[in-house]
Amino acid sequence: MSTLELVVPAPRKITTEPRRSDKVFRGVVTAGGLSSLLLLGLIAIFLGYRGFEVLKQEGIGFITQSDWAISTDDAGNVIESNFGLAAMLVGTILCSIIAVVIALPISVFCALYLNFYAPGWLKKTLVTVIDLMAAFPSILFGIWGFLVLMPSVEYWAKLLHRNLGFIPVFDMKVPVFTRSPFVAGVVLAIMIIPIITSVSREIFSQAPLDRIQAAYALGATRWAMIKAVVLPHGRSGVIGGAMLGLGRAMGETVAVFTVLNIVFQINWQMLLGAGGNVASLIILKFGDASPYEIKALMAAGLVLFLLTLIVNGLANLIVKTTGKSGR
Amino acid sequence: MATSVQPTKPWKPSIRERANDVVIFLISIISSFVVVAMTPMKGKLAYFAIFFISYAFLTSIFKATQRGSAAAKDALVNSLVAIGTIVTVIPAASILATVLKKGLPGISFGLFTHDMGLATPTDPLSNGGLLHAITGTLTLVVIALILSVPIGISTALYLIEIKGRFTAPIRFLVQAMSGVPSIVAGLFILSAILYPITKAYSGLMGSLALTILMIPTIARTSEEVLNLIPNELREAGTALGATQWRTVAMIVLPAAKSGLITAIILGVARIAGETAPILLLTGGGDKVNPNAFNGPMGSLPYYIWKAFNAGSPEAITRAWAGLLVLVGLVLILFTSARFLGSREILK
Amino acid sequence: MNSTVKPSSLADVAHAKPAKVSVARALGTGLETRGVHAWFGKHHALSNISLDFAAGTVTALIGPSGCGKSTFIRTINRMHEFISGAAMAGEVLLDGKDIYAPGIDVTKIRLQIGMVFQKPNPFPSMTIGENVLSGLKLAQIKVHNKEELLEESLERAGLWSEVKDRLGAHGGSLSGGQQQRLCIARALAVGPQVILMDEPCSALDPGSTLRIEETIRQLSETMTIIIVTHNMQQAARVSDYTAFFLSEGGPGQMIEVAPTSEIFSRPKDQRTENYVTGRFG
Repeated sequence: MSTLELVVPAPRKITTEPRRSDKVFRGVVTAGGLSSLLLLGLIAIFLGYRGFEVLKQEGIGFITQSDWAISTDDAGNVIESNFGLAAMLVGTILCSIIAVVIALPISVFCALYLNFYAPGWLKKTLVTVIDLMAAFPSILFGIWGFLVLMPSVEYWAKLLHRNLGFIPVFDMKVPVFTRSPFVAGVVLAIMIIPIITSVSREIFSQAPLDRIQAAYALGATRWAMIKAVVLPHGRSGVIGGAMLGLGRAMGETVAVFTVLNIVFQINWQMLLGAGGNVASLIILKFGDASPYEIKALMAAGLVLFLLTLIVNGLANLIVKTTGKSGR
Repeated sequence: MATSVQPTKPWKPSIRERANDVVIFLISIISSFVVVAMTPMKGKLAYFAIFFISYAFLTSIFKATQRGSAAAKDALVNSLVAIGTIVTVIPAASILATVLKKGLPGISFGLFTHDMGLATPTDPLSNGGLLHAITGTLTLVVIALILSVPIGISTALYLIEIKGRFTAPIRFLVQAMSGVPSIVAGLFILSAILYPITKAYSGLMGSLALTILMIPTIARTSEEVLNLIPNELREAGTALGATQWRTVAMIVLPAAKSGLITAIILGVARIAGETAPILLLTGGGDKVNPNAFNGPMGSLPYYIWKAFNAGSPEAITRAWAGLLVLVGLVLILFTSARFLGSREILK
Repeated sequence: MNSTVKPSSLADVAHAKPAKVSVARALGTGLETRGVHAWFGKHHALSNISLDFAAGTVTALIGPSGCGKSTFIRTINRMHEFISGAAMAGEVLLDGKDIYAPGIDVTKIRLQIGMVFQKPNPFPSMTIGENVLSGLKLAQIKVHNKEELLEESLERAGLWSEVKDRLGAHGGSLSGGQQQRLCIARALAVGPQVILMDEPCSALDPGSTLRIEETIRQLSETMTIIIVTHNMQQAARVSDYTAFFLSEGGPGQMIEVAPTSEIFSRPKDQRTENYVTGRFG
């Protein structure tokens, strides 16, 4: 043994030459995978390309000004145009924040109920109902919201205004409650509750069983257990779910358009019947827009696209990192 | 002797505890009526809110006297999570009930055999129907399926079977893509294809936008399904000398079949009622148009939208009837996806 | 399992401990089960277990996998009922009172009867010190002398000297054996009369196992301990009494209970002898 010197061999390289059928398979599948990458890029490029003229013309004013006006002469040439998204952006953000603020606690409570309180049969039924709700078309939420929900929500808005009017967000100068950002926010909240609930439920159900048992064995009540084990485990996942809901609420078009009164003026008063929404603006102006205005709408679409992309990207990042660290 | 012992569940609430619960429940109902009668508050919301506040309050107090503050907090949270769930379910129930109630009067046999070619939304209900919308929606969905299924499933295959260099960015982008607002997908097709190339509204344009919206749903669900296929199956295939392509085609895909069908159905359910891009791209004709490549094409969402905006009572009834048909379609798709999905788990 | 161990050596180990059997009853009533059965849905998992756990003793539950040992100790602190479809029959008496009686506050029961699990499971979001005192927080118990209680619990779990300088570190930074002693300290901090241990050493190396056994011996001077173990050496080393459980196709039953030295030297039942001598299981 001692006379032999151990020579450590260099690792051999293992190569496999795939068969032709595999090469084709890999090529086709890779192309399919890359096409989604390509599509996202193309969306940004085309919307940017179409909207470039308007973006150049308006500059930073496109997101800081609130006017949206165009006048043309009889031949269809543009005489004067002013395109600003500020009121629409503020409205989009206001409506979706209202939606998340309403939806988040309800969804978290609902997810807790489904995971830790509901008996088995009820849990199955409720999960089916909530998943189904996520598949409802948005036009359904819009029309139901307009014809059924809005009268009730207006009544709640009046209550809020009367009793909590001293808080600035519930204050308003003119008592017009119809088609306010609050109404749109409530409709959006109902639309995103299923999303936040199912993300939260997923995260909560991954809470480690051994720690749940440890908490119970230490004499914890159900709530004490949830506070000590489930919520710390699921916190950032729930935040990610809320951001997914936020992204969805920002991009929602038809439902918001149906219940919101669009006004080209920045309005932070959530109960006042005047709001804005980028997606709804596009539907509103598209019908009789001149070619130049269409370009402005394309630019607005680009802004909306980038906004939702950022929110969704962050949300997915947060959900993904918790999914891993939780185990 | 041992067999004569009956299983019991001593942790279930006793009769007395149940009785206590019922008493608290009744007191809460009574107090909600009393408060509503005595104060200016009114409406369903008032009953609901006061009932829940008093129920939560009374159970907490009751538990506090019995078991102390920890139990009181627990009881309060019990009430809160129940409220959260009820508030979540109420809109779903209300939506389904409203669609049924308002939609049924508009449903008739003629609805499925006529189009709106010779009728306007404000005409009496006996005129016209939504045949064109149903055929239109089916055409749009079928074309979107033909385009999105290969892309969606090959994306999932790339992520699971190839695991190549682009796995991480593609997974991230597919997730990001599922958040693309539908109106943006519509604008993209408008700017990239409709304006520069075809220059006319058609069903195909709508289908293309729907394809963009459907790909991420199919890709993500299929990825989850493929992930569930045990690796031993793949190894068994490879160990028998099969190429990767044959392993995937003959072992993985058949094993995942019903899961993949579920993924596709969920994708269809997602897009069947999509409205915004349809409004931008299809032109929304009132006649049955079997040619997706030429001429405006009607569809259920467009029909509903048009009828709803026409505003007369007849038109609104039409809109609800259209919604009922649409919801029925989504419900059928959803139930069959559930059915296939649960069968997959049973296997 | 343990087929290499000769019965005589196990008996020697069991005899080598200071005899405590005689003084056992002096400390109080302790814990008693009367005709306990357990079911999972239709499956009858455990049949008619009557056992008396005298205060200040260690009782080991041995038997092959699936014989109902773990189910049994879970009925003792009412953790059994978390499994949906679970049912039980019989009584579990703590100081003469049935813990399954209507109107009993379960959380109080679990404070009196603590539990240590198979795998160490400290709460990852809490520091070592917070972990020890987590039971107080969970059950909302107010104490004045937190520092003393912290030190005392860790001392009794045999961990104080190792962690006293890093109580602010996270529980996950400890080794597996230390984590398990942290879990014991956590169970001790709420002041239980009884501690249940469900194979507490099965995930640990031999050195850590010995430390935990030492801790168990020390704890047994002041409290009742019930330990489920697959390791017969361990049963012989730490327990005063040993109960042998077996499932012969049907529900798990208790075949025999006796002072540990007797179980390993002259078991009354042939099946017990087969098991402890390694001819079975």
